[in-house]
Amino acid sequence: MACINPDGTLSTVARRILEILDQPADPPELAVRLGLPLWRIRATLREIGRAGLVVADDGSTPATFRISDLGHEALEIDRETGK
Amino acid sequence: MTETSAPTGDQMPTLPRLGDPAPGFEAESTQGPLALEDFRGSWVVLFSHPADFTPVCTTEFLAFARIEPALKARNTELLGLSIDSVYSHLAWLSAIRQHFGVEIPFPVIADADRSVARLYGMVMPEQAGTETSRCVFVIDPEGIVRAMIYYPLTTGRNSDEILRLIDALQATDRHGIATPADWRPGDRGILPPPRTVEDAAQRMEGEQPGRVDWWFCPSDIPDRTD
Repeated sequence: MACINPDGTLSTVARRILEILDQPADPPELAVRLGLPLWRIRATLREIGRAGLVVADDGSTPATFRISDLGHEALEIDRETGK
Repeated sequence: MTETSAPTGDQMPTLPRLGDPAPGFEAESTQGPLALEDFRGSWVVLFSHPADFTPVCTTEFLAFARIEPALKARNTELLGLSIDSVYSHLAWLSAIRQHFGVEIPFPVIADADRSVARLYGMVMPEQAGTETSRCVFVIDPEGIVRAMIYYPLTTGRNSDEILRLIDALQATDRHGIATPADWRPGDRGILPPPRTVEDAAQRMEGEQPGRVDWWFCPSDIPDRTD
Protein backbone atom coordinates (compact mmCIF):
# COMPACT_ATOMS: atom_id res chain seq x y z
CA MET A 1 0.00 0.00 0.00
CA ALA A 2 1.85 3.03 -1.28
CA CYS A 3 0.12 5.48 1.07
CA ILE A 4 1.81 3.69 3.98
CA ASN A 5 5.59 3.38 4.07
CA PRO A 6 7.33 0.08 4.92
CA ASP A 7 8.09 1.43 8.41
CA GLY A 8 4.38 1.99 9.07
CA THR A 9 4.44 5.76 8.66
CA LEU A 10 2.16 7.52 6.23
CA SER A 11 3.45 8.82 2.92
CA THR A 12 3.93 12.57 2.92
CA VAL A 13 0.99 13.28 0.62
CA ALA A 14 -1.31 10.88 2.49
CA ARG A 15 -0.45 12.52 5.81
CA ARG A 16 -0.99 16.04 4.44
CA ILE A 17 -4.39 15.07 3.08
CA LEU A 18 -5.50 13.34 6.27
CA GLU A 19 -4.41 16.30 8.36
CA ILE A 20 -6.87 18.63 6.65
CA LEU A 21 -9.78 16.23 6.22
CA ASP A 22 -11.34 16.88 9.62
CA GLN A 23 -13.56 19.08 7.52
CA PRO A 24 -14.92 17.36 4.41
CA ALA A 25 -13.34 18.55 1.18
CA ASP A 26 -13.47 17.65 -2.48
CA PRO A 27 -10.41 16.83 -4.61
CA PRO A 28 -10.17 20.21 -6.39
CA GLU A 29 -10.29 22.01 -3.04
CA LEU A 30 -7.60 19.71 -1.64
CA ALA A 31 -5.43 20.32 -4.70
CA VAL A 32 -5.58 24.07 -4.17
CA ARG A 33 -5.00 23.87 -0.43
CA LEU A 34 -2.04 21.50 -0.72
CA GLY A 35 -0.59 22.98 -3.90
CA LEU A 36 -0.55 19.59 -5.62
CA PRO A 37 -1.82 18.49 -9.02
CA LEU A 38 -5.41 17.28 -9.02
CA TRP A 39 -4.37 13.85 -10.36
CA ARG A 40 -2.09 13.38 -7.35
CA ILE A 41 -4.93 14.14 -4.96
CA ARG A 42 -7.29 11.74 -6.74
CA ALA A 43 -4.66 8.98 -6.79
CA THR A 44 -3.87 9.38 -3.11
CA LEU A 45 -7.53 9.55 -2.10
CA ARG A 46 -8.11 6.28 -3.93
CA GLU A 47 -5.24 4.64 -2.06
CA ILE A 48 -6.14 5.91 1.38
CA GLY A 49 -9.80 5.18 0.65
CA ARG A 50 -8.92 1.55 -0.10
CA ALA A 51 -7.01 1.48 3.19
CA GLY A 52 -10.11 2.78 4.96
CA LEU A 53 -8.42 5.98 6.12
CA VAL A 54 -10.98 8.27 4.47
CA VAL A 55 -14.62 7.89 3.56
CA ALA A 56 -16.53 9.54 0.76
CA ASP A 57 -19.66 11.40 1.72
CA ASP A 58 -22.64 9.80 0.03
CA GLY A 59 -24.32 11.69 -2.73
CA SER A 60 -22.21 14.81 -2.66
CA THR A 61 -21.34 16.36 -6.01
CA PRO A 62 -18.46 16.71 -6.48
CA ALA A 63 -17.56 13.86 -4.13
CA THR A 64 -16.29 15.05 -0.78
CA PHE A 65 -14.08 13.07 1.56
CA ARG A 66 -13.45 13.12 5.30
CA ILE A 67 -11.08 11.29 7.57
CA SER A 68 -12.33 8.02 9.12
CA ASP A 69 -11.78 6.75 12.66
CA LEU A 70 -9.07 4.50 11.23
CA GLY A 71 -7.54 7.52 9.55
CA HIS A 72 -7.37 9.33 12.90
CA GLU A 73 -5.64 6.28 14.38
CA ALA A 74 -3.17 6.15 11.51
CA LEU A 75 -2.35 9.83 11.96
CA GLU A 76 -1.84 9.32 15.69
CA ILE A 77 0.49 6.35 15.11
CA ASP A 78 2.31 8.34 12.44
CA ARG A 79 2.90 11.22 14.85
CA GLU A 80 4.14 8.85 17.56
CA THR A 81 6.40 7.01 15.13
CA GLY A 82 7.77 10.27 13.84
CA LYS A 83 8.84 11.49 17.27
CA MET B 1 -16.39 0.57 -30.50
CA THR B 2 -12.87 -0.75 -30.31
CA GLU B 3 -12.05 -3.25 -27.63
CA THR B 4 -9.26 -1.92 -25.49
CA SER B 5 -9.30 -4.39 -22.63
CA ALA B 6 -6.18 -6.22 -21.52
CA PRO B 7 -5.19 -9.20 -23.68
CA THR B 8 -5.90 -12.71 -22.49
CA GLY B 9 -3.69 -15.66 -23.35
CA ASP B 10 -2.11 -15.24 -26.75
CA GLN B 11 -4.78 -12.84 -27.92
CA MET B 12 -3.27 -9.67 -29.37
CA PRO B 13 -4.73 -6.45 -28.02
CA THR B 14 -6.47 -4.05 -30.34
CA LEU B 15 -4.36 -0.94 -30.22
CA PRO B 16 -5.95 2.42 -29.56
CA ARG B 17 -6.69 4.52 -32.58
CA LEU B 18 -7.34 8.21 -32.96
CA GLY B 19 -10.74 9.01 -31.54
CA ASP B 20 -10.85 5.91 -29.32
CA PRO B 21 -11.18 6.14 -25.57
CA ALA B 22 -7.67 5.81 -24.14
CA PRO B 23 -7.29 2.41 -22.45
CA GLY B 24 -7.55 2.81 -18.71
CA PHE B 25 -4.87 1.54 -16.34
CA GLU B 26 -3.50 1.71 -12.84
CA ALA B 27 0.27 1.70 -12.40
CA GLU B 28 3.13 2.39 -10.04
CA SER B 29 5.07 5.56 -10.70
CA THR B 30 7.82 7.70 -9.24
CA GLN B 31 5.08 9.78 -7.63
CA GLY B 32 3.11 6.84 -6.26
CA PRO B 33 0.31 4.75 -7.71
CA LEU B 34 -1.80 6.48 -10.32
CA ALA B 35 -4.60 5.73 -12.74
CA LEU B 36 -5.26 7.29 -16.10
CA GLU B 37 -8.69 8.32 -14.83
CA ASP B 38 -6.98 10.52 -12.22
CA PHE B 39 -6.07 12.85 -15.08
CA ARG B 40 -9.63 13.32 -16.32
CA GLY B 41 -10.22 17.01 -17.05
CA SER B 42 -6.59 17.55 -18.10
CA TRP B 43 -4.80 16.88 -21.35
CA VAL B 44 -2.24 14.11 -20.96
CA VAL B 45 0.97 13.47 -22.90
CA LEU B 46 1.69 9.80 -22.19
CA PHE B 47 5.10 8.92 -23.54
CA SER B 48 7.30 5.86 -23.35
CA HIS B 49 11.07 5.61 -23.48
CA PRO B 50 13.23 2.53 -24.07
CA ALA B 51 15.30 2.45 -20.89
CA ASP B 52 16.62 4.43 -17.96
CA PHE B 53 20.29 5.48 -17.94
CA THR B 54 20.49 5.78 -21.71
CA PRO B 55 21.72 8.92 -23.47
CA VAL B 56 18.93 9.77 -25.91
CA CYS B 57 16.26 9.17 -23.26
CA THR B 58 18.15 11.46 -20.90
CA THR B 59 18.15 14.27 -23.46
CA GLU B 60 14.43 13.71 -23.97
CA PHE B 61 13.70 13.90 -20.26
CA LEU B 62 15.67 17.14 -20.04
CA ALA B 63 13.66 18.51 -22.95
CA PHE B 64 10.33 17.37 -21.49
CA ALA B 65 11.26 18.93 -18.14
CA ARG B 66 11.97 22.18 -19.98
CA ILE B 67 8.51 22.33 -21.58
CA GLU B 68 6.65 21.07 -18.50
CA PRO B 69 5.72 24.56 -17.24
CA ALA B 70 4.44 25.50 -20.70
CA LEU B 71 2.39 22.32 -20.81
CA LYS B 72 1.02 22.97 -17.33
CA ALA B 73 -0.10 26.40 -18.54
CA ARG B 74 -2.04 24.54 -21.22
CA ASN B 75 -3.74 22.24 -18.68
CA THR B 76 -1.54 19.37 -19.86
CA GLU B 77 0.21 16.77 -17.72
CA LEU B 78 3.25 14.74 -18.76
CA LEU B 79 3.35 11.05 -17.92
CA GLY B 80 6.48 9.02 -18.71
CA LEU B 81 6.74 5.24 -18.92
CA SER B 82 9.24 2.46 -19.40
CA ILE B 83 9.57 -1.16 -18.33
CA ASP B 84 12.19 -0.29 -15.70
CA SER B 85 11.40 -0.53 -12.00
CA VAL B 86 10.45 2.40 -9.77
CA TYR B 87 13.85 2.04 -8.09
CA SER B 88 15.65 2.30 -11.42
CA HIS B 89 13.54 5.34 -12.33
CA LEU B 90 14.31 6.99 -9.00
CA ALA B 91 18.04 6.35 -9.37
CA TRP B 92 18.03 7.71 -12.92
CA LEU B 93 16.07 10.83 -12.00
CA SER B 94 18.51 11.36 -9.15
CA ALA B 95 21.44 11.00 -11.57
CA ILE B 96 19.85 13.52 -13.92
CA ARG B 97 19.50 15.94 -11.01
CA GLN B 98 23.12 15.33 -10.05
CA HIS B 99 24.68 15.60 -13.50
CA PHE B 100 22.43 18.13 -15.21
CA GLY B 101 20.89 20.04 -12.31
CA VAL B 102 17.39 19.35 -13.57
CA GLU B 103 14.50 18.09 -11.47
CA ILE B 104 12.13 15.86 -13.43
CA PRO B 105 8.74 17.18 -12.35
CA PHE B 106 6.42 14.60 -13.89
CA PRO B 107 5.64 11.02 -12.82
CA VAL B 108 7.34 8.12 -14.58
CA ILE B 109 5.43 4.84 -14.70
CA ALA B 110 7.26 1.61 -13.88
CA ASP B 111 5.61 -0.80 -16.29
CA ALA B 112 7.66 -3.86 -15.40
CA ASP B 113 5.00 -6.33 -16.52
CA ARG B 114 4.41 -4.30 -19.72
CA SER B 115 0.69 -4.22 -19.05
CA VAL B 116 0.34 -0.56 -20.07
CA ALA B 117 2.83 -0.91 -22.92
CA ARG B 118 0.78 -3.77 -24.38
CA LEU B 119 -2.46 -1.81 -24.11
CA TYR B 120 -0.93 1.05 -26.08
CA GLY B 121 1.26 -0.91 -28.49
CA MET B 122 4.45 0.65 -27.19
CA VAL B 123 6.62 -2.44 -27.67
CA MET B 124 7.97 -2.97 -31.19
CA PRO B 125 9.64 -6.40 -31.08
CA GLU B 126 11.32 -5.95 -34.46
CA GLN B 127 12.80 -2.63 -33.37
CA ALA B 128 13.51 -2.85 -29.71
CA GLY B 129 13.01 -6.36 -28.41
CA THR B 130 11.12 -6.12 -25.16
CA GLU B 131 11.78 -2.43 -24.54
CA THR B 132 9.21 0.25 -25.16
CA SER B 133 9.82 2.45 -28.18
CA ARG B 134 9.57 6.23 -28.25
CA CYS B 135 5.80 6.59 -28.36
CA VAL B 136 3.66 9.61 -27.57
CA PHE B 137 -0.08 9.52 -26.97
CA VAL B 138 -1.97 12.78 -26.56
CA ILE B 139 -5.17 12.20 -24.58
CA ASP B 140 -7.75 14.94 -24.20
CA PRO B 141 -9.64 15.93 -21.02
CA GLU B 142 -12.45 13.51 -21.88
CA GLY B 143 -10.01 10.62 -22.15
CA ILE B 144 -9.98 10.36 -25.95
CA VAL B 145 -6.80 9.59 -27.92
CA ARG B 146 -6.23 12.67 -30.06
CA ALA B 147 -2.75 12.13 -31.47
CA MET B 148 -0.05 9.47 -31.61
CA ILE B 149 3.62 9.78 -32.53
CA TYR B 150 6.11 6.91 -32.88
CA TYR B 151 9.85 7.43 -33.10
CA PRO B 152 12.60 4.79 -33.44
CA LEU B 153 15.13 4.15 -30.69
CA THR B 154 17.84 6.16 -32.40
CA THR B 155 15.90 9.39 -32.83
CA GLY B 156 15.06 11.68 -29.95
CA ARG B 157 11.70 13.39 -30.04
CA ASN B 158 11.13 17.08 -30.65
CA SER B 159 9.62 18.55 -27.49
CA ASP B 160 8.65 21.77 -29.29
CA GLU B 161 6.58 19.71 -31.71
CA ILE B 162 4.68 18.21 -28.80
CA LEU B 163 3.96 21.69 -27.49
CA ARG B 164 2.90 22.78 -30.96
CA LEU B 165 0.66 19.74 -31.27
CA ILE B 166 -1.09 20.56 -28.00
CA ASP B 167 -1.57 24.16 -29.12
CA ALA B 168 -3.00 22.99 -32.45
CA LEU B 169 -5.42 20.50 -30.89
CA GLN B 170 -6.60 23.04 -28.35
CA ALA B 171 -7.04 25.69 -31.05
CA THR B 172 -9.14 23.21 -33.01
CA ASP B 173 -11.32 22.45 -30.01
CA ARG B 174 -11.66 26.08 -29.04
CA HIS B 175 -12.37 27.55 -32.45
CA GLY B 176 -13.55 24.67 -34.63
CA ILE B 177 -10.72 25.30 -37.01
CA ALA B 178 -7.96 23.18 -38.58
CA THR B 179 -4.29 24.13 -38.56
CA PRO B 180 -2.10 24.06 -41.67
CA ALA B 181 1.40 22.70 -42.06
CA ASP B 182 3.99 24.21 -39.74
CA TRP B 183 1.26 26.18 -37.94
CA ARG B 184 2.32 28.05 -34.84
CA PRO B 185 0.19 29.94 -32.31
CA GLY B 186 -0.52 33.37 -33.76
CA ASP B 187 -0.63 32.04 -37.32
CA ARG B 188 -3.84 31.86 -39.28
CA GLY B 189 -5.84 28.64 -39.18
CA ILE B 190 -7.69 27.11 -42.07
CA LEU B 191 -11.34 26.16 -42.37
CA PRO B 192 -12.04 22.43 -42.54
CA PRO B 193 -13.46 21.39 -45.92
CA PRO B 194 -17.20 21.97 -46.34
CA ARG B 195 -19.42 18.89 -46.40
CA THR B 196 -22.31 20.12 -48.50
CA VAL B 197 -22.89 22.02 -51.73
CA GLU B 198 -24.58 24.80 -49.78
CA ASP B 199 -21.65 25.19 -47.40
CA ALA B 200 -19.21 25.18 -50.29
CA ALA B 201 -21.19 27.95 -52.02
CA GLN B 202 -21.32 29.92 -48.78
CA ARG B 203 -17.53 29.80 -48.56
CA MET B 204 -17.36 31.82 -51.76
CA GLU B 205 -19.68 34.59 -50.57
CA GLY B 206 -18.26 38.00 -49.69
CA GLU B 207 -14.64 38.95 -49.28
CA GLN B 208 -12.38 36.67 -47.30
CA PRO B 209 -8.66 37.46 -47.07
CA GLY B 210 -6.47 34.64 -48.29
CA ARG B 211 -9.29 32.58 -49.76
CA VAL B 212 -8.09 30.56 -52.73
CA ASP B 213 -11.23 28.58 -53.44
CA TRP B 214 -14.20 27.05 -51.63
CA TRP B 215 -11.96 24.25 -50.34
CA PHE B 216 -9.00 26.40 -49.27
CA CYS B 217 -10.01 29.16 -46.89
CA PRO B 218 -7.51 30.45 -44.32
CA SER B 219 -9.11 32.03 -41.28
CA ASP B 220 -7.99 34.10 -38.32
CA ILE B 221 -7.87 32.45 -34.91
CA PRO B 222 -8.83 34.66 -31.98
CA ASP B 223 -6.27 35.08 -29.21
CA ARG B 224 -6.34 32.55 -26.41
CA THR B 225 -7.79 35.20 -24.12
CA ASP B 226 -10.74 35.94 -26.42
